[in-house]
Amino acid sequence: MKRHNPWLSLLFWLAISFLTLAPIYWLFVISVKPAVDLFSTPEVLLKNIYWQNYIDVLNNPTLRGYMLNSLIISSSNAVLVTTLGFLACYALTRFDLVGKESIFFWTITNRMAPPAVFLLPLFLLLTQVYKVGDFKLADTRTGMILVYCTFNLPFAIWTLRPTLDGIPKELDEAAYVDGASPWKVISHIVFPLARPGLAVTLILTWVFAWNEYLLAATLTNFNARTLTTGLSEYVTTTGTAWGIMAAISVFTLIPALIVFSLVQRHIVAGLTFGAVKG
Amino acid sequence: MYSKKLGWLLLSPTLLILGLFGIFPFLYVVWVSFHEWNPFAANPEKIFNWAENYRKVVFDAPFLASLSVTLAFVFFAVVSEVIVGYLLAQAFMKDFPGKAFFRTIHTLPLIMAPIIVGSVWKLMSTPSIGIIPYLLKHSVGFDLNIGKSAIAAFVVTVIMDIWHWTPLVTLTLIAALVSLPRDPFEQAQIDGAGKRQIFWHITLPMIAPALIAVVFIRLMDAMRTVDEVLMLTGGGPGSATRYVGVHIFREVFPRTNYGYGSAVSVIVLYLTIVVCWLLYVSMIAPRTKRG
Repeated sequence: MKRHNPWLSLLFWLAISFLTLAPIYWLFVISVKPAVDLFSTPEVLLKNIYWQNYIDVLNNPTLRGYMLNSLIISSSNAVLVTTLGFLACYALTRFDLVGKESIFFWTITNRMAPPAVFLLPLFLLLTQVYKVGDFKLADTRTGMILVYCTFNLPFAIWTLRPTLDGIPKELDEAAYVDGASPWKVISHIVFPLARPGLAVTLILTWVFAWNEYLLAATLTNFNARTLTTGLSEYVTTTGTAWGIMAAISVFTLIPALIVFSLVQRHIVAGLTFGAVKG
Repeated sequence: MYSKKLGWLLLSPTLLILGLFGIFPFLYVVWVSFHEWNPFAANPEKIFNWAENYRKVVFDAPFLASLSVTLAFVFFAVVSEVIVGYLLAQAFMKDFPGKAFFRTIHTLPLIMAPIIVGSVWKLMSTPSIGIIPYLLKHSVGFDLNIGKSAIAAFVVTVIMDIWHWTPLVTLTLIAALVSLPRDPFEQAQIDGAGKRQIFWHITLPMIAPALIAVVFIRLMDAMRTVDEVLMLTGGGPGSATRYVGVHIFREVFPRTNYGYGSAVSVIVLYLTIVVCWLLYVSMIAPRTKRG
C-alpha cells in the first residue's frame, strides 16, 4: 500500500467532523438567543449566552409533565421489553418449540413495518376496542408503554439472541441435573452471564422509546404526551417559538447523548439487527 | 428437562403483547379496509363495500404522487449514502491521530431522534433564521427558500437524510473492511493490478454481504421516513416532500375516512413486507446461521 500523510487524514476528518457537528452547534446557538436577536444577521460565535429559553422550558408545568412522561414511558418500556425479550429468547434458544424460527422472524416484521401504517389501526383499537368500562388505553402511559413494545420487543429479542446462543446449554443442563428449578437456572446461571447483552439492550431500547415521536403524537392528546411531541407543539401556523423549540431539542438530545457514550461500540450491531457486527 | 409447556409459558407474554399490538391491528386494518367507515359522516356505521377502497387507492393521484416522490427520495438518499459512506470507511482504514475520537463524532447523528434531526435542519435552513440560506445568499447570491421552492425542499430533505444516516453505512463498511484478509490485495498488487481493478474484482465482492445488508436496511428505513420530514417541511411546499409516511399522517388521519386510510396502510405494509422478506431470505438468515 502507498504511504500516506497522517496529517492530511487528520485535516480531512476535522472537516468531516465540522460538517457533522455544525448542525448540532447551530441548534445550541438558536437555543441561547433571545427571540429578538434571531432574525438579525446570524452570528456564529456567541458573545453572551441567554439561558431564558431553558428556564422557560423548565418552568413550564406542561413541558415538565411531558418530560416526566417521557422518562416513565421509556424507562418502563425498556425494562419491560428487556425482561420479556430475555425470557422469550431463553425459550427460543433452549426449547424445542414448534415453528420457533417462524415466530422469530414474525417478531421482527413488527419492527420493519412502517410505523405510519400502524397509526390508524392502533388509534382505532386504543380508542374503540381495548377498553374496560370507561378506561381506555388511548392517552395513558400504560397504553404507550405497551404500544412501544411493537418496535422494541422484537429489537430486544433480536439483539439478545446472540448473547443467549453464546451461553453454553450444558451449563443450565448441568444445573437441571443437580435439581435446580427453571426459575433458579434463569436467575442464577443464565441471567448473570447475559448481563452485558442485557445492559446494551436495555440502553438501546430506552433510547428508541425516548426518541419516538409519531405514535406518541397520534395516540396521546394530553395525559401521556412525551417531550418529542412537545417539540412540534411549538411549530404553529401563526409562528414558531424557535428558541423554546431549540431548548426542548437540547433537553431531548442530552440524555440520548449520555447514553450513547455508554454503548457507542454496540450501535451498529444494534441498528442492523446484528446482521453486521460493529 | 426443557418441557414444552414451560417454553410456551416463557414465550407467552411476548406473543400476547405482539399479538394484541402487532398482529391484531394488522387483521383489524385489513377488515376495516373492506368497509366504508367515516365515524363523523352522516352514516357513522361500517358499510361493507368490497374492494372499493383499494380501487380508489390504486387510482388515487395524491397517493401515487406521494409514492413516486418517496421513491425519488429513497433513490437519491441511499445512493449518496452508500457512495459517501464507502469513501469515508476507506478513509478510516488509514492510521491517523485521534481516529477513535473522530469515529465517535461521526457516529453522533445516529443516536439523535428523527424529530430532533428535523428540528435541527429546520433551524439551519428556514430562510429567516437559518445559517444555510444566509451563507448561500451572501456568498453566491442564491436564494434558498424551502417554504417556496419544491426542489429546494426536496434537496434539503435528502441532505438531511444523508447527514443522519451516512454514519451507519460508514460504520458497517468499516466493520466489513477491517475483517478482510490482506493476502488477496498483496497478491493483486504483485500481479500489477490497478486500483480500479482491485476495487471491482476483490474489495467489492468481499464486502458485498455487508454492503447488501446495509443497503436493504437503509432502503426500508428511508421508505418509512416520517418524523424528520414532518418537522422540516411538513410535506410541503405543496406536496413536494409528502413521502408515504407523511401522506398517511397528514391526509388519511385528519380526514377520518378510516376505510380508505386502512386500504392505504395495507398496501404500504404489503410493499414493505415483500422488501423485508427479501432482506431476510437473502441476507440475515444465512448470516445468523453462520454466526
